[in-house]
Amino acid sequence: MSLTPDAPDHARRMILKGAVAGGLAGLGLAGSGSLIPAFAAADAKDWPENAFKQKSESDALKALYGKNVEASDQVSLDAPEIAENGAVVPVSVTTKLPKVTGIAVLVLENPFTLAAAYKIPEGTEASVAARLKMAKTSKVVAVVESNGKLYSATKEVKVTVGGCGG
Amino acid sequence: MLRKIIVAVAIVVGIAQPLLADNAGSPETDFKMFRDYFKSRFPKVPMNDFVNGPYSMDEGLRKQWKAIEEFPPYEFAVEQGKQMFATPFKNGKTYGDCFANKGIGVRQNYPYFDTKSGQVITLDVALNQCRESNGEKPFDYSKDDMASLTAYMAFTSRGKPMDIKIPNDPRALDAYKKGEQYFYTRRGQLNFSCASCHVQSAGDHIRTEVLAPALGILNAMPIYRSAWGGMGTTSRRLRTCNEQVRGVPLPAEDENYRDVEYYLSYMANGLPVSGPGARP
Amino acid sequence: MASTIRVRAVAGGDTTQVQSLIQHPMDSGFVKDSKGQIIPPHYIEVVQFEHDGKTVFTAFWGPAVSKDPYLKFSFKGAKKGDDLKVSWADNKGASDSLVAKIQ
Repeated sequence: MSLTPDAPDHARRMILKGAVAGGLAGLGLAGSGSLIPAFAAADAKDWPENAFKQKSESDALKALYGKNVEASDQVSLDAPEIAENGAVVPVSVTTKLPKVTGIAVLVLENPFTLAAAYKIPEGTEASVAARLKMAKTSKVVAVVESNGKLYSATKEVKVTVGGCGG
Repeated sequence: MLRKIIVAVAIVVGIAQPLLADNAGSPETDFKMFRDYFKSRFPKVPMNDFVNGPYSMDEGLRKQWKAIEEFPPYEFAVEQGKQMFATPFKNGKTYGDCFANKGIGVRQNYPYFDTKSGQVITLDVALNQCRESNGEKPFDYSKDDMASLTAYMAFTSRGKPMDIKIPNDPRALDAYKKGEQYFYTRRGQLNFSCASCHVQSAGDHIRTEVLAPALGILNAMPIYRSAWGGMGTTSRRLRTCNEQVRGVPLPAEDENYRDVEYYLSYMANGLPVSGPGARP
Repeated sequence: MASTIRVRAVAGGDTTQVQSLIQHPMDSGFVKDSKGQIIPPHYIEVVQFEHDGKTVFTAFWGPAVSKDPYLKFSFKGAKKGDDLKVSWADNKGASDSLVAKIQ
């Protein structure tokens, strides 16, 4: 029987296997920008600035996708019932819906409701996991763009210690 | 003192505990009683799991912790510590030269009682002693540089059972006893002792958080705390605990802190090093 | 200096699972420092993953993404030994990128 607690042991094995890559071309956080064209100019300009400024679910989704959303049990949203700490809430979204081109996650009670949006090209699975900040107890909404339409799942996550540094 | 608390709690919990007459208060006896208390209080928790603190006590928290452990933020500190170990001091020596086995896989031996100076030496103190004896300025005990070094040393020792020795020296036994006393003494406006939360209320909620059991509580040090958005050393945590009971924090690595670390580490003998840890 | 990007990309069958951890403060602009001054917003806006010249995943982030942000996703069409390029750009115009080998 191993003495090592299982989760850290997995991480340790992964790291020792050399599965973590070292760095090339780290230009760090210099304010003057990168000399390596990190993106095709199109993608960098694609950041949906307007969507990230919205305060309501419908405004954010209109700005992001230009559509309305309907609830669907085909979208799976995994988030804790009670967040250990609002600063780091693990949220994952997955779906079996076909032809998924985008996934978005909104935290309704956050000052700006859109937390993150993802572009899913063909060949990439419709599944993403991330860690988000939640200011307080709130509904978390996962939105999937499938075949040009929007579907969502909602879950309430309780937050007692706010994640915005309070 | 430990005996009084254990008996009081044992009566409340309804488990018969023999009162020990002779061999009273020896570290070996304390060790057994400490361990028996936690075993009887949390019979479903595997012994080695106690080192995971609150996560051994609550399923919902455990799941979130496992999600973080998939790719934990303390990896940056470990990476930084590794680089620091590889970089020689101005005089050409390295951290490895100050430790057995070049500092790899030795964290479980700290703290130890230094018979020459008559003091408890923690890993953090040993690292600063290494720096100073090689002409470098010591690091702040509560800041990231120290956390990176201890994170790397903890990481390379993961899984190794704690192996704290109390040598046959009355000063060592004295330091151990002082640490035990500090642990059970109430302080601060809230008038809590370490034991109030981590022995009597271990596993209970304090607002949204779950109190970690004192058994193995330092095994995961240093920790990346989501609340801090960064790393914390043992010194940082002990000082914060003092502040949280509205007491006056002692200077980092004060004799009292080193003694209580000695006591708690001895109590965790045999349990695996689990650091660096991710905590709320 | 070490990269800000750590990546684990593991190919299993025809699917490669990617996990990334990026060192970045992700300041939301809502938090005050010890002097009571607002810490200005400083967060990654775009993260891009490319394989074989094709973008396989794009993340658009706002200030609600946690500090030292993590991401996990999977895609098809790569094999062990292939390169995966990861790059990010933040709201202050800074960026970093890394090429990792798929294991």
